[in-house]
Amino acid sequence: MTIRKDHEVHKRRGKTNLTLGVVLGAFVLLVFAITISKMVGEAKRVQSENATTTQAE
Amino acid sequence: MTDQSYDAEFGDFFALLKPRVMSLVVFTAAVGLLVAPVSMNPVLAFSAVLFIALGAGASGALNMWWDADIDQIMKRTQGRPIPAGRVTPSNALIMGLWLSVLAVGMLGLTSNWVAAGLLAFTIFFYAVVYSMWLKRSTPQNIVIGGAAGAFPPMVGWAAATGGVSVESVLMFSLIFMWTPPHFWSLALFMNHDYSAAGVPMMTVTHGKPYTRKQILIYTVLLTPITLAIAFTSIGGPVYFAAAVILSVGFLRGAWGLFNRSEDIATGDDYAAERGVFKFSLLYLFALFFALLIEAALRGLNLTWGAWPVWI
Repeated sequence: MTIRKDHEVHKRRGKTNLTLGVVLGAFVLLVFAITISKMVGEAKRVQSENATTTQAE
Repeated sequence: MTDQSYDAEFGDFFALLKPRVMSLVVFTAAVGLLVAPVSMNPVLAFSAVLFIALGAGASGALNMWWDADIDQIMKRTQGRPIPAGRVTPSNALIMGLWLSVLAVGMLGLTSNWVAAGLLAFTIFFYAVVYSMWLKRSTPQNIVIGGAAGAFPPMVGWAAATGGVSVESVLMFSLIFMWTPPHFWSLALFMNHDYSAAGVPMMTVTHGKPYTRKQILIYTVLLTPITLAIAFTSIGGPVYFAAAVILSVGFLRGAWGLFNRSEDIATGDDYAAERGVFKFSLLYLFALFFALLIEAALRGLNLTWGAWPVWI
């Protein structure tokens, strides 16, 4: 029951679709990396803020 | 349109982003970001430069959508995706608009909204003010259009610092004043195409001797800006040395062009004009590279305390 034969359009655009898929995948990874970087940066900022308040006390 | 006709490939869409312009944007935006007195997480710095480049690419696609009619006439641009029939104008428009939204939104989320706002303004300026309005209506098109190319270091600086300062304004002014002599020296040996397309290039509307004078005027006005950067927080002796040498070279080149007649220029197939055009590229690249060297030296604490920072 499965469709075995690719439509001709799919074959013709296969390479473009693959490249686009790779680009989108890379974008997802980049957003993930940005998220981690921002969280780490924020954690460091909070940590140093806490350190200075403790010192002040 | 689906079966027999040509299907746009990924490379055709990529060509819409004007990759060569984008590489210059990547370079100047990266310098603007790296010379800023704020250390940035490398992932965030990389992302900021990427999104600035994407925004520049989006404005390139919008420009190609709008200019498809004249691109078809000019030899230099006939091979672009739309005039060559590889991408439809509406696809270029959709891609340009969505990439603009994506680039501005992502830069805002990654860096800050000052940088994102500047990027949005840059795209608007290039696509609307320059492409739609000024390019076909005034021979000063290059002067105003140069502002669009001058924004990237400012956006990079804003991505790092969250604001605008005298250093970033001077980097903007440097590219802004550099663009007219850079582009007009090209126009001196390329004007056949522009006149055919009806773009009011100064060489066509005011003649070449007038353009030569304008090149000299802008080069003279550019020089104090180039030198002033040496005495800001991002300057220093290495940059100053480069600025002096390059300024002398550019001024000599512009003076040479000013004193050439068209007979002599056509006689040697515009050798001096081609030379000045190439030198102008080296000029900008070397100055920004010198700023990078200064930033690296500051990073290594190899600064010279006696160097005056006046501005």
